[in-house]
Amino acid sequence: MRLGELKNHERELYYFQLRIGFAGFAVLAAFALLFARFIHLQVLQHDAYASKAEENRISIVPIAPNRGLILDRNGVVLARNYSAYTLEIFPGKVRDLERTIQDLEEVVEIQAKDRSRFRKLLAETRNAESLPIRTRLTDEEVARFAANRFRFPGVDIKARLFRQYPFGEVASHVIGYIGRINAKDQEKLAELEVEANYRGTDYIGKSGLEASYQQELHGTTGFEQVEIDAAGRGIRTLARTGAQAGNNITLTLDIKLQEIAEAAFGERRGALIAIEPATGGVLAFVSKPGFDPNLFVDGIDPSSWSELNNSPDRPLTNRAIAGIYPPGSTFKPYMAMAALESGKRTPKSAIHDPGYFEFGGRRFRDSKPGGHGYVDLYKSIVVSSDTFYYQLANDMGIEAIADFMGKFGFGAKSGIDLEGEALGVLPSPAWKQKRFRKPEQQKWYAGETVSIGIGQGYNAYTPIQLAVALATLAANGDMYRPRLASYIDNLRTGERRHIEPVLVKHIPLKPENVEFVKRAMAGVNKAGTGARAFGNAEYTNGGKTGTAQVVGMKQNEKYDEKKVAERHRDHSLFIVFAPLESPKIALVAIVENGGFGARAAAPIARVVLDYYLLGKLPEGDAPGAIKPSAAADEEEEEGESD
Amino acid sequence: MELAPVFARRIFQRLTDGIDGPLFALSLALVAVGLATLFSASYEQPARVTSQVSNLLVAFFAMWVIARVPPQTLMRFAVPAYLVGIVLLVAVALMGDVVNGARRWLHVGVTRFQPSEMMKLALPLMLAWYFHKNEATLRMRDFAVAAILLAVPVLLIARQPDLGTAVLVAAAGCYVIFFAGIGWKVIAALGVLGLASLFPLWGMLHDYQRRRILTLIDPTQDPLGAGYHTIQSTIAVGSGGLTGKGWLHGTQTHLEFIPERHTDFIFAVFSEEFGLIGNAILLTLYTLLIARGLMIAANAPTFFSRLLAATITLMFFTYAFVNMGMVSGILPVVGVPLPFVSYGGTALLTLFIGVGILMSVHSHRRLVQT
Repeated sequence: MRLGELKNHERELYYFQLRIGFAGFAVLAAFALLFARFIHLQVLQHDAYASKAEENRISIVPIAPNRGLILDRNGVVLARNYSAYTLEIFPGKVRDLERTIQDLEEVVEIQAKDRSRFRKLLAETRNAESLPIRTRLTDEEVARFAANRFRFPGVDIKARLFRQYPFGEVASHVIGYIGRINAKDQEKLAELEVEANYRGTDYIGKSGLEASYQQELHGTTGFEQVEIDAAGRGIRTLARTGAQAGNNITLTLDIKLQEIAEAAFGERRGALIAIEPATGGVLAFVSKPGFDPNLFVDGIDPSSWSELNNSPDRPLTNRAIAGIYPPGSTFKPYMAMAALESGKRTPKSAIHDPGYFEFGGRRFRDSKPGGHGYVDLYKSIVVSSDTFYYQLANDMGIEAIADFMGKFGFGAKSGIDLEGEALGVLPSPAWKQKRFRKPEQQKWYAGETVSIGIGQGYNAYTPIQLAVALATLAANGDMYRPRLASYIDNLRTGERRHIEPVLVKHIPLKPENVEFVKRAMAGVNKAGTGARAFGNAEYTNGGKTGTAQVVGMKQNEKYDEKKVAERHRDHSLFIVFAPLESPKIALVAIVENGGFGARAAAPIARVVLDYYLLGKLPEGDAPGAIKPSAAADEEEEEGESD
Repeated sequence: MELAPVFARRIFQRLTDGIDGPLFALSLALVAVGLATLFSASYEQPARVTSQVSNLLVAFFAMWVIARVPPQTLMRFAVPAYLVGIVLLVAVALMGDVVNGARRWLHVGVTRFQPSEMMKLALPLMLAWYFHKNEATLRMRDFAVAAILLAVPVLLIARQPDLGTAVLVAAAGCYVIFFAGIGWKVIAALGVLGLASLFPLWGMLHDYQRRRILTLIDPTQDPLGAGYHTIQSTIAVGSGGLTGKGWLHGTQTHLEFIPERHTDFIFAVFSEEFGLIGNAILLTLYTLLIARGLMIAANAPTFFSRLLAATITLMFFTYAFVNMGMVSGILPVVGVPLPFVSYGGTALLTLFIGVGILMSVHSHRRLVQT
């Protein structure tokens, strides 16, 4: 079409209509393209988009189960849950944490320890949705925050179940505590492949039974399918699978007995374990000092933590399973047993005890200056003659001793249902070989065997090992695995699962030998070193005192308690079982730096046995009542040896 | 007895004088679809539906009035409308209200309005008038003048910034130029030039405009930002399937996953609830509307009315195509409402004035010829 000419009207209309046709064609083509796109989305890709729409719409919200309870043998609750309000910050939704916390202070009280705990939690916890800045809000605080809520996006009040330990410090090492799941716990859960069940769970058992029975106590997480809108607000619940509460665990432990035992310790450090010999059930389990597990429940504040962690008394160490002590003279009954079983001694074997044993030019002192004179096997236990056992150990040799003691579980984990058991040391040439690197240190010297006989030297065992050995002796060689849990109740099914006693082994001991050692131990408490504490007991019993050196003594140095710093004083040990004929309880008590076994540990044992066997409460039911008088000390020191 | 029906029929005839039946029926059908969808999208704000109905009444009245105005009269408004439009756009640039980072609104007494909306009709009117005036001696120079007339408002709108409206206004102008008979070779040359200028143009775009285009290529790159609209609306369309989730049952809609679901993204709501079948019906309605408009243009008596009718019709198409393309994820997100369906008084008014112009062209086709 040339421009500038007068155009033919018809011709121009024709061209215009041609362009209209072209436009119409373009429209159809464009709409066809759109329709093809619709087919692609709505037919070919429909399933993918439909499921995306569902994912958009439905959120799976976990419902954390209620943690199971821990109860003592009589059904007294030791660990329970209660509901409380917490003020929680969602770190991902808050821009300026410091500002927010500062502003929150105007509404609810936030102490410095709340802040530091929050910061600690923030550093420790991975992908936590929300973290508490304040716990246990009062109703008034809840109302105040609710009125100011609009000012705090990313902060909300949550109703949470908290763990509570009504007995506080009592049995704290048995029950343990729970704490927030940290990165390490998360790894452990991943290893166990139970992560899915922990969605929605914030807390996990960190120590004690709370940790060892974590999977039983936890329960099964429920799920709720919630329809949510674009802002993530729940609109309605579509489906719900309820959570199943964790199982309740009932212990063999008697909390009253436990309280009495702990009270008997007073402020002293130490451990006590009482076991039912016929089952391995633990009746009392003390590690002093304890701690208040309630401090850990909503995240321990750093100052309490450092106080517990840095205390020289080490209250967080479970001495009963992780404390390692030389058994001292409580080792002698087993030595006697070994002597009889091996034939190295007979009940009639006797020596003259001059107050020392000479070996390789070295003099091993008896704790009684001048010695006990004529000593046979029976008397060796009753008066606790060191000289007798120096000789015996030397005669038997280290291999035979280690072999025999190993059978009683010395130097081996007892398998109690708690985590963190220490191994201890059952001395032997093989152990020394492994323990030391220098060849001259690796060699076992015959002289080293001598003090093994009186429970000193390299001997080092945990209280639970001593308790298991005693229970095994009391049960005539039947060794049961010690355990704290008696049965587990599933609340949903009503099913009760008993933890059956596990007979680890039977040590074939000659009945007459067992009889002899038990009789000698009865003698200890009737007329020997344990007589002061047990002489007037209203039940038959057998025991043995022990004093364990904390610092090595030079050869001719005399131990003078008054000159030694408190923490370097000897540990006081006592083992006892009763009644003699069919023992119902075997008990080990250790009082750190308590001096002579008869003085500190034995009275504690007496109080526990009196309550357990007779239901008798200690006089005045106060710890002071058991403290020995200073006058008695003076008298004892002279006449008594261990 | 006999008088009453006759009288009624007379009144009806007077009232419907100049109203094109098919065009009105088709736009009514689209409006009905719009109201039903809006009702579903506004479950939390039912007042929107009544507000849209009153918008409609105003729009119908405007259509009714325009339909009775002969195109010759309309032609007289071309230059003043265009000039007023330009003045208002300049005023916006100088003292308009800023909403969402763009200066688009102008306060007029108690209400605000967008002068750019007015340009959608004023520019084609102006260009059609210009070509009509120079019909007898159309030469290359006239197309150049037209291009300048087009460029001034388009640039003013583009720098508000409102790329969507600028593109639409530019498209309207281009349609007039196309129908005025610009040579195919020139079109081809401009096309090549246009492609070549894409790169410098890219540099002139605002960040959010670039992001929209990049997001179109891969919406998942920014799922919570610029890509969110496209992702959610595509999910809505796709999850609708063949028959849709049913009216009022769109989960994407009712759980507020679709942004701007009353206005620019109302098609996502419709498509989710009525599916492919609904989309086919909607496309058919638009096709018929456009066919009717093109038919009217083809039979229009004067150059002016031809250009105007064809351009308005293609603008309906452009709105519909760009909007549905954007919702279904094949075009970038630009602020274009779905014609006759989206909520919004101004857009509705513009559209029905357009329909009114088409009707006017149609009913006055013989007056000039004879």
